[in-house]
Parts: sequence; C-alpha cells; structure tokens
Amino acid sequence: MGATRRDRQAGEAAEQVARHSYGKLVAYLSARTRDIAGAEDALSEAFAAALAQWDADGIPANPEGWLLTVARRRMIDTARQRETRAGAADHLKLLADELREAGDGSDIPDERLRLMFACAHPAIDRQIRSPLILQTVLGFDAATIAGCYLVSPVTMGQRLVRAKTKIKQAGIAFRLPERAEMPERLDAVLEAIYAAFTEGWSDPAGTEQRRRELAHEALWLGRLVARLLPGEPEVLGLLALMLHLEARRCARRDHQGGYVPLDDQDPSKWDAMLIGEAEDILLGASHMGRIGRYQLEGAVQSAHAIRRFGRPPDWTVLATLYDALLTITGSPVVAINRAMVIAEARSPEEGLSVLCGVENDPRLSRYQPYWAARAELLARCGQAAAADQAYACAIRLEPDPSVRRFLQDRRERLPTASAVQPHARKLTFP
Amino acid sequence: MKYMLMIYRDEAAFAPGQTSGAHSGSYIAYADALKAAGVFVGGDRLQPSSTASTLRAGDGAPEILDGPYADTKEQFGGFYIIDVPDLDAALQWAARCPAVGQGAVEVRPMWVV
Repeated sequence: MGATRRDRQAGEAAEQVARHSYGKLVAYLSARTRDIAGAEDALSEAFAAALAQWDADGIPANPEGWLLTVARRRMIDTARQRETRAGAADHLKLLADELREAGDGSDIPDERLRLMFACAHPAIDRQIRSPLILQTVLGFDAATIAGCYLVSPVTMGQRLVRAKTKIKQAGIAFRLPERAEMPERLDAVLEAIYAAFTEGWSDPAGTEQRRRELAHEALWLGRLVARLLPGEPEVLGLLALMLHLEARRCARRDHQGGYVPLDDQDPSKWDAMLIGEAEDILLGASHMGRIGRYQLEGAVQSAHAIRRFGRPPDWTVLATLYDALLTITGSPVVAINRAMVIAEARSPEEGLSVLCGVENDPRLSRYQPYWAARAELLARCGQAAAADQAYACAIRLEPDPSVRRFLQDRRERLPTASAVQPHARKLTFP
Repeated sequence: MKYMLMIYRDEAAFAPGQTSGAHSGSYIAYADALKAAGVFVGGDRLQPSSTASTLRAGDGAPEILDGPYADTKEQFGGFYIIDVPDLDAALQWAARCPAVGQGAVEVRPMWVV
C-alpha cells in the first residue's frame, strides 16, 4: 500500500512541477543555445527519471532544481556525443557556463518572456507562433495542439519542428526587444496569446474540454506576461479583453445548446467576479496613458458588461471606441462591428451605409459575420429580399451548426415580400 | 554568427552602364559602414543573369543551360557576408542595405562546420 501511495505522490509531484515550471525550465535550458527541441528532449528524460527515482528515494526538497540538474547533464552528454564536430565545442561551453552560474537551480531565472519573444519573432511564420508558445511554455504536445487547431498531428508536428529548427539555426536570440521595437514585437506575442484564446473560445458550447482549456491556458499566459512585463498597458488590455469574454462563457448557449448572440444573453449569467477583475485591470492600463488596440477592445467589452449591473450599453461611446479601433487596425472585422454599433447609436440605415462602405474588401466575400451583419441590417431597413440572400450566404459559410440554426431561424422570420416591415430585433457581433 | 545577405532585384532597372547598383555611392557607403562596424566578411556584385550558365544534373553528364537557375523577374545580383551576434542584428543590417528599396534581400545563416 505504502509503495502505491509513494508512487502516486512521485507522479503528483512531477505533475505539479510540470504544470508550474515546464516553460520556465525549457526557457532556461534553451536560452543560450536556442536549442528548444534539445531542451524539451532532455527535460522529458528528466521527468521520466524523476518518476522512477522520486518513487524510490522520495521527493527531493527542490524538485525544480533536481529536474534542471538532470536535464542539463543530459544536454551536456548529448553535446559531448557530437564533440567530434567543431560546432559542439561552443555549445558545450555555453552549457558549462550555465551549469556554473545556476548553482543548484534553487533560483532559476525566468526566461519565459524571452522565449515567447523568440517564438513570436517576425521571422517565424505567423500561423505557428501561437502553437509554438503553447508547446514551449506550457508543454502541450503536438497532437493536442493539432486537435485544437484542426490540423493533422503530423502536419502540426512538422511545423513545430521546423519553427524550432529555425530559431536555433537562424540565430533568433532569446532577448527582450529594445524600447523602439517593443510595441511591434509585443503585439506579435499578444496576438499569439489571443489566437490561442480565440481557438478555445470558438467552441462556445464548451463541449470540447480541450478547447475550453485552451482559453484558460491563454488567460494564464496573459497573466504571466502581465507579471513579467509590468508597465505595458496593452498586455493589461488583452488580459481584460479575455477576462470579459470568459465571463460570458456560460451565457452563450441556451438550454438546448442554441446560439445566443451577445444582445440576447442573460447578463445575470455573466461572471461578475471576472468582470470586476477585468475592469480593475483595464483601469490600471488606462493610468499608463498609452492607448492601443487591446485596451480599446477591452473597453468595448467593458461597455457591454455594464448590462451585468442593470444598465444599457452606451452605443455612442461604443461607436467612438470603434472609430478609434478602426483607425488603429484598419481591420474589416472592426469595420463590420462598427457598422452594427452605428446602427444602434444612430439608425439601421446609417449602419447599413457604413457597412456598404467596406463591401468591396475582397477579404469579406467569404467571411460569415459580414454576411450575417449585412442580412441583419438589411432586414431592419425593410429590405427583406436582399436580407434573405445575405442570410443564405452567411448560412453557407458558417461551420458551427448551432450558429447556422440561429441564422436559419432569423432567415425564416423575415417578412414575406407582401408584408415588408422593419425587423424589430437586433443583433450585434462582439 | 555569419549570415549572407542575398540581393534580389529587377535587372531591367540595373542595366550595365547605369550608375546605380553596387558601385553607386549608397552601396559604397553601406560597405564602409559594415567595415567600420567590424561586421564585414565579404561581398560582391554579380554580372547580370544573362551572363549566367547553369549546370543541371541529368541522366548522364550534367546538362549545360544558358541562363540563370530560375528565370524570374527579380534576379540574384549580389551578396554580403557579415558576422554578427544574432538574426536581429543581421536583419537590422539588411534593412540598411540600399537594395531593400529596390527589390528583396534574403538573410540566411551560413552553415556552421
């Protein structure tokens, strides 16, 4: 019995360290050599050794340091095996320097932020930045990430290997950007984190455990960056944005699993704790006096969150926020949401005319929210026939069955040509 | 680390006899800056791709073809080799290369033996 319990304790201790320190260990082990794959391999061998040895000898006082020492020895062994090659000598020297400096590993420098900047480097393919951060900082395996991003595990594995090879071979340093390049480089890191969040968010029913966890992991990453990089308001803006969206998770589906758009959600189902946290963070960001895309998006969600406290959103304020967002991003997605907000703040006709201003953007022809927004505004302007066609496009483009059902329902409720009248209900896309 | 900065540009704009290109003032100043910073390892301008001959492996002896490896609008026209600490430094130097405004500069690490 005792052995079984010990066995379990060793496993739990290893899991605990893995959860809290995996990225820290990978980052530290690869910071100088840039050999992320080598660090991951050595670390996974160290975890395997830990399970066996902690089980027999008990859990060490400093499990993190223990793992670091074992992994580092493993990396040095691997480098020695290649010693005949001249390149390995430098590698070995770097590792030896590290070994001298780090002592027993009781105070491992946190290189995770530098690792994230390397993963989101402009020379790394944009699509792989987010998966790469999930793998290196959080220890997700390629198959899990592939499941989240709906690509085959083999393809995802190859892309991750390629990106890690590039970091190593092309000399992408683990360093913090200088002041002048910080905004752009930080934006790439934040974009990667937000991409992970939205992947997790795109399963609103929350039926897929893995995806819901992805949103939580993105929040964890957001908090980590906020802690490691205090004084950057955009980090706080992103964190507030994600917290606001997360607060509404339970309200996005009805009892039958049907899609509920933001304006029809029951605000009492929104998580007031998360909203409160988001508000505090956003306020802190605003005191730093440097506005940016994520703070504005956080502020948009904050303006909607006021419904949780029994007050209607101020559509004029929302329109102003979207004006600013459009200026900064030039994004067609922002332009669509801006049109919907203007429809509320002024009139459906004005909203529709703003939306028509972007209709020539080629990126929109296959973008479901554009067609749904267009259908909605046309319906509210009394143009039922045109609305019907736009709904048909939106339905064709929508992969989520419950959103498709929602759109079909809207389409069926359009008045027939003989009884045209403005549609009373409204619909916005946050 | 050593990197090669490979310059690709539209040759039509760089006909022989034109004053722009590797011998123009901007390129001379760039090479001087590389040398002054102690990062210059080597570099040269190439003759136009119409002077190129390409050998391609076939069934027997390699086939000799008249012309460059790939017949594209922008052609490989010159290179620098620099020695800098990391990719960011290499990219910063590449961004200062006069060719950036005229075509493309590919930055590639040299193989470490």
